[in-house]
Amino acid sequence: MNGPALVEVKNLTRFYGALQAVKNVSFTIHRGEVLGFLGPNGAGKTTTMQIISGNLAPSDGSVTIAGHDLLDDPRAAKSQIGYLPEQPPLYRELTVNEYLDYCAALNRIPRAQRRRARDTAKERCGLQDTGRRLIGNLSKGFQQRVGIAQAIIHLPPVVILDEPTVGLDPIQIREIRALIRELGREHGVILSTHILPEVQSTCDHVQIINQGELVLNESIEGLEHHMKSASITVAFRHPPAIETLQNLPGVTTVQTGKDGRVRVFHETGHNPTDDILRLAVEKNWGLYEIRPGRLSLEQVFLELTSAATDSITTEEPAITDRPEARP
Amino acid sequence: MIFTIGLRELKSLFLSPLAWSILAVVQLILAYLFLGRIEIIQMYQAQLMAMDSAPGVTEIILPDLLGNAAIILLLVAPLLTMRLVAEERRNRTLSLLFSSPVSMTEIVLGKYLGIVLFLLVLLVLIALMPLSLLAGARLDFGLLAAGFLGLALLLAGFAAVGLFMSTLTQYTTVAAISTFGALLLFWILDWSGQGFAGGNWLAYLSLFNHYKPFLDGIFDSADAVYHALLIVTFLVLSIHRLDADRLGG
Repeated sequence: MNGPALVEVKNLTRFYGALQAVKNVSFTIHRGEVLGFLGPNGAGKTTTMQIISGNLAPSDGSVTIAGHDLLDDPRAAKSQIGYLPEQPPLYRELTVNEYLDYCAALNRIPRAQRRRARDTAKERCGLQDTGRRLIGNLSKGFQQRVGIAQAIIHLPPVVILDEPTVGLDPIQIREIRALIRELGREHGVILSTHILPEVQSTCDHVQIINQGELVLNESIEGLEHHMKSASITVAFRHPPAIETLQNLPGVTTVQTGKDGRVRVFHETGHNPTDDILRLAVEKNWGLYEIRPGRLSLEQVFLELTSAATDSITTEEPAITDRPEARP
Repeated sequence: MIFTIGLRELKSLFLSPLAWSILAVVQLILAYLFLGRIEIIQMYQAQLMAMDSAPGVTEIILPDLLGNAAIILLLVAPLLTMRLVAEERRNRTLSLLFSSPVSMTEIVLGKYLGIVLFLLVLLVLIALMPLSLLAGARLDFGLLAAGFLGLALLLAGFAAVGLFMSTLTQYTTVAAISTFGALLLFWILDWSGQGFAGGNWLAYLSLFNHYKPFLDGIFDSADAVYHALLIVTFLVLSIHRLDADRLGG
């Protein structure tokens, strides 16, 4: 992307006793990037985020935030991050305003600018009308927003959000995702989640971590590419003999599905779509459906995180698990 | 930054009913003991008048009042300090402080400042009792100052021990019990070893032995240094303990 790296993580390793929770993880984030951090439970997502935010010390490796090393110069590095942990760190006995003022003070915002910083953060998170309410009395969704407001009040270059949409209703999830996209325009955002569509709808960049190791580090376009597998699904009103398809150049196997659709697997470099189309018109097979087979993100995820990597043979249209388009 | 955290801590204390009830209960009990002491003066007024170099009002009331105050606050201080870090750890709000550009030292000193400010409020309320006698008597301000300085140092020590115990656990009750245990142990260290030479150093470590001279109006810098060392030791331990939190996880 553009400019120098905002966050540079190098060979990060963390042990809990004998258990190695994070193994040699390295990555970078640039301004204007939303990085999705995916992984099954216990994969090391939260540990990695806690290390980047300065809540945990790494056993080995380095974290550099906007040029400041987190271990050598923690104060300068930490002033560049806003962090929302899995459970938002809220003081339930305070009102939203009191709490945000305290956060602003902790982040060394000069007294004269605190009010403005607080109002801006509230506006961005849709909290304008809740300023005088006690945090303990707010609903879960609003508490989550206060948590995000706390993370962005000092306009940090890097915002780290650990599962920000857990426990929210669909409308709130949509709003929070929109907010994250908006944050991604000016800040670098790291977002951890185990909800896959969330990554597709909000992130520019995806990382999958499994058992402490990065197993995928791709841009969202690269991921799309990952998801296209070497097959096409076709449906005919007058299906030809299987052998006819089988003998087309590049075709490896042909499967007939229960619903009359035919799956044609082919070599990656040799796509028989043109041939099938041409023959279908010439021989009047009555072609009414043809689409590239796609792996869903779930399948890519499963493929990368499960030991049995070759078990993925079935395909589903990837459209079904995308309830909303990227805004 | 220390002030920001300290003031927040103090305000949060007053947002919970705990602080108010502690202030009320301590004040009530001490007021009762104080009045009892005044009654004694009234009863023996005649004898006191007859004596040469009779003890003054301050001398009769203050050591007793502050001695009792120390015991009561020994019971109460753990309840105030228990939530300092333990509760934040429990509610997982500690990460707010950890991810802010604030050093561990500032966090610990801030929290300590908050609780010491509260204890000072308590101290002022106690001081109002003997000061109210100014309406009809003359007081020995030297004795008064020494006594309250002693109590202030003692409370600051209580707070430091309590803060450390609170950094050890996420359960507030555990923090309270262990603070109470540690303080009581410090208090009664001189009970054992009395009578034979080897026990003297234990007695020397006792909090009580370094508090009592203040009540008699003696300001010995060694006593003040004892309290200062106690405070610094436990604050440094607290800082290390919180740092270890990040390393250990």
